[in-house]
Amino acid sequence: MTRATLLRILGAVAVALALIALWQLGSNAGLISPVFFPGPDRSFGTLWEQLHEAEFWLAFGETLRRMALGFVSASLVGIVVGSAIGLSPGLRTYVEPTLEFVRPLPASAVIPLFVLLLGLNERMIIAVIAFASLWPVLLGTVHGFKTIEPRLTEVARMLQLSPLGFIVKMALPNAMPDIFAGLRLALTVSLILAVVTEMLSGMEGLGHNIIMAARSFRSADLYAGIIVLGAIGFATNFVLERVERHVLRWRGEERG
Amino acid sequence: MARLLKGLILPLALILLWELAARSGFIVAESLSHPSAIARAALGAVADGTLLQATKETFGAALAGMAIGAALGTACGIAFGLWRLLAALMRLSTEALRPIPSVALIPLALLIYGFGYRMEIAVVAFACFWPLLIITESAVRGIEPRLIEVSRALGLSLTARIFKIVLPATLPRVFVGLRLAAAVALVVAVTVEITANPIGLGYALIVAQESMKPDRMFVFLAWIGFLGWLINAVLLRAQQRWFGRMGNWAEQR
Repeated sequence: MTRATLLRILGAVAVALALIALWQLGSNAGLISPVFFPGPDRSFGTLWEQLHEAEFWLAFGETLRRMALGFVSASLVGIVVGSAIGLSPGLRTYVEPTLEFVRPLPASAVIPLFVLLLGLNERMIIAVIAFASLWPVLLGTVHGFKTIEPRLTEVARMLQLSPLGFIVKMALPNAMPDIFAGLRLALTVSLILAVVTEMLSGMEGLGHNIIMAARSFRSADLYAGIIVLGAIGFATNFVLERVERHVLRWRGEERG
Repeated sequence: MARLLKGLILPLALILLWELAARSGFIVAESLSHPSAIARAALGAVADGTLLQATKETFGAALAGMAIGAALGTACGIAFGLWRLLAALMRLSTEALRPIPSVALIPLALLIYGFGYRMEIAVVAFACFWPLLIITESAVRGIEPRLIEVSRALGLSLTARIFKIVLPATLPRVFVGLRLAAAVALVVAVTVEITANPIGLGYALIVAQESMKPDRMFVFLAWIGFLGWLINAVLLRAQQRWFGRMGNWAEQR
């Protein structure tokens, strides 16, 4: 690490600390009502207290579990179905227009439908998260498989690769960057939908916690909840990025 | 034409299957309704003006939020793109705020503004800020360095440099960002309405579900889906028309 980058990192930390200090000063001065603007001292203090409570970890675990269940099932289905659609031009002409129509559909708009079908329960939550995260993965996979370089297909024919060999050795690696782009989007979507469904259903979870905190004007709890959700978003994204970098390491730096 | 027809087969077959299943009593019409009842409910929702009113409310909030968020995002993106040091200094702070899911701010906006347009606009603005910030920043970084040199040589002022060089050069990619932000704005606006705010299409959707009117619920669901598709299609056409190959190039970046 050179001195210049070190200075930049220190500078960035200093700016972040200065912003937090400004937040503290602003709330101390009482310019904005403490009812909805607690200082960082109260917000992080509450967060620290919550970290020692079993209830918080229960809600935390529930939210993460729902997110993971929905995300993983959506990824599996999305990659399998997406590769089938992407590999078959015939199938694509029938299915793609419908997919293009579903793509921009706001995922949260299907919640009422799932509530009608399944009721306000755990199954509904997982189904909504899975349904919403399915589309980015599916569409990304379709795109990745259909944009395979024609010369690669020719090479595969020359090498007399079996269809399975072609998929595993050429089509899948070729589609991987697009699949990961879809997965990244789906991860964000799964967290959003977990929070939204918890807010709506009143099932235990971080989404439920923050809406309750807002309704009872416990602003410090609300801020603590938002910080935790931001941290989950950051951490899950970080892990997925690491996985992506590991899986795609053969691509080298030049295309990154 | 043949492509269009082939594309229509699947949705039409699904609708027909649904209708038949409901008619034959295979699925319960009370919870799932059926396409002909939904068509009737659609006529009703158009006739009594609720559909138009709800659409206006959602569009108003989504557009206002998008305008604020996108304007701030573009401005910050230009600033971060032009001054690397500023971008480096702000990096930690922006990266700490960016992963916050926009829906986590719904309770906060509710606490600050109460029900109504303002809280929805605030959440939409937060969500639309990020795509524009990221795309504009990288677009400004990608400007041909000679253009910047020319502007220096001409002794252009900062505002002239931004409006005559930076904005025109980055416009195709900023437009791609706006297209993404428009989709985000609709999604977030509807989500805010479903979870908290009693206005617009999202609320109409929830009310229809809670009052056990599945036909009406499907009307709003289909309408929201159609609007999302329409906005994207229109902006995509505009992008191709105004920017042509530049737009395609911007898309791939």
